[in-house]
Amino acid sequence: MNQPAVEVIDLVMRYGSVTAVDGLDLAVELGTVTAILGPNGAGKTTTIETCEGFRTPQSGTVRVLGLDPVAEGHLLRPRVGVMLQSGGAWSGARSYEMLRHIASLHAHPLDVDLLIERLGMGSYGTTPYRRLSGGQQQRLSLAMAVVGRPELLFLDEPTAGLDPAARRSTWELIAELRSSGVTTVLTTHFMDEAEALSDLIHIVDAGKVIASGTPAALASSGAKNTVRFTARPGLDIENLMLALPHDTKVDEISPGSYVIAGEVDPELLATLTAWCAGQGVLTESLLVERQTLEDRFLELTGKALR
Amino acid sequence: MSLDLSPRPGSAPRSAMLRAQTVMELRLQCRNGEQVLLTMVIPLVLLILGAKANQVVDLGPGRTIDIITPGILALAVLSTSFTSLAIATGFERRYGIIKRLGASPLPRWGLLFGKVGAVVIVEAVQLSVLSGVGLLLGWEPHGGLTAFGQVLLLVVLGTAAFGALGLLIAGTLRAEATLAVANLVYVLLLVGGGLLVPLSRYPEAARHVLELLPSGALGQGLRDTFAGDGPTAFTTVVLLLWTVCASLLVSRTFKWE
Repeated sequence: MNQPAVEVIDLVMRYGSVTAVDGLDLAVELGTVTAILGPNGAGKTTTIETCEGFRTPQSGTVRVLGLDPVAEGHLLRPRVGVMLQSGGAWSGARSYEMLRHIASLHAHPLDVDLLIERLGMGSYGTTPYRRLSGGQQQRLSLAMAVVGRPELLFLDEPTAGLDPAARRSTWELIAELRSSGVTTVLTTHFMDEAEALSDLIHIVDAGKVIASGTPAALASSGAKNTVRFTARPGLDIENLMLALPHDTKVDEISPGSYVIAGEVDPELLATLTAWCAGQGVLTESLLVERQTLEDRFLELTGKALR
Repeated sequence: MSLDLSPRPGSAPRSAMLRAQTVMELRLQCRNGEQVLLTMVIPLVLLILGAKANQVVDLGPGRTIDIITPGILALAVLSTSFTSLAIATGFERRYGIIKRLGASPLPRWGLLFGKVGAVVIVEAVQLSVLSGVGLLLGWEPHGGLTAFGQVLLLVVLGTAAFGALGLLIAGTLRAEATLAVANLVYVLLLVGGGLLVPLSRYPEAARHVLELLPSGALGQGLRDTFAGDGPTAFTTVVLLLWTVCASLLVSRTFKWE
């Protein structure tokens, strides 16, 4: 059996009276991109920093590439690339200099000039870190994570503060790393990012993984899709429900405005329109909505993302 | 040529990592105006002004330049190994550099090695330049080769004691607090820490306190040595004790972030 790239079992981390991570389980397969998606304060950074060896698990087990990130950190660090959520460079160091320094700590680093070019960092290669914009600092931080040619990457909010073009180019790099055989674990607030990049998404809330799956499976699991239609108010919805499959729910959410929640398939639509025809009712609008990952997220965490 | 992103991990050879880290620390320090002011400009100005200090303060018997130059060398050690090191390390913690390097193949001790390496190189430059200027101003060190060895010992012990104290502050306080404390201690020791003015010129009660401080011990030790008398065992033991105690505290309290 293939050993997982990252294995977290029943991790608990507390800061004083606050429990940041509360019995979290996580497994990351080699060669995949895994997104840890969650609202602020869900425990994403604490989890990832424990995997990076910055924090000792207070309870539970963490194995990264089969190693204990704290006790065997010296074996692990050369193999892992880390992008911190912020900081990580001397304020007076120039981008190019900083990247070259990190490269010089590795045995077979990427060509620094090529990497600078690839990430479009040429225009600020000689700018000191403190004068870089937030997005430029993020690019440098990403470059520092990949320059050592790691097997495994931990990216903590890799696109926070990036403009759309830079964001797109970060996505492309992550996809290219994946096809080159690099395993990536990233945290993000962005639904579309998790959806576009990852093989597997773990939704984390209040220190626990509350749902896991491929982007498509997560979006379609749980609550079903919905059909909205408008017709004259006061339809006999009890009667309509009898006509529909038994796990389907119908609500008149405001007078004349109806929502059907359930497994929406062509059959259901045919039944609905036939029932309406039987009642002499004309549906004025009829809309089939597929549930998005965002709906699913809101449903699971009850929180809007910021 | 396109970028081959396929994994090929590994650490650079240890010697290459240590060299890179030391060079980087040095380069950043030389680029920082305040650090250069603190470590080079202030001691140099004080040395030149100090040659005439006898008109302001009674430094006691002996030629003024022979009394002031060893004190300035002690001040140079303080500025680099304590103030400069503490401030730089405090801000490295604050900006996540220590954390970032902690995720790199560079081991923790390699980080420390880089710092010590940079401090030693800066001190070598400081002591050479300041001694040279002192000699030009008429300084006459005594004691020959023996004194040279004793000076080396005192500088190593002084650097270790001040360096450990600097890391103690930087590893426990916030960066701004470290900046304030490191500069304040520098000024206090410069003015009244037994660095520049011989301990014999202080009132007796003050002298007993000052000879127990690393600044008093290093300043007096260097003055005694260049006078040809060598450091007293007491001076050496004081520096050694400060080094051991501060290092133990650092190893227990230093927080990497």
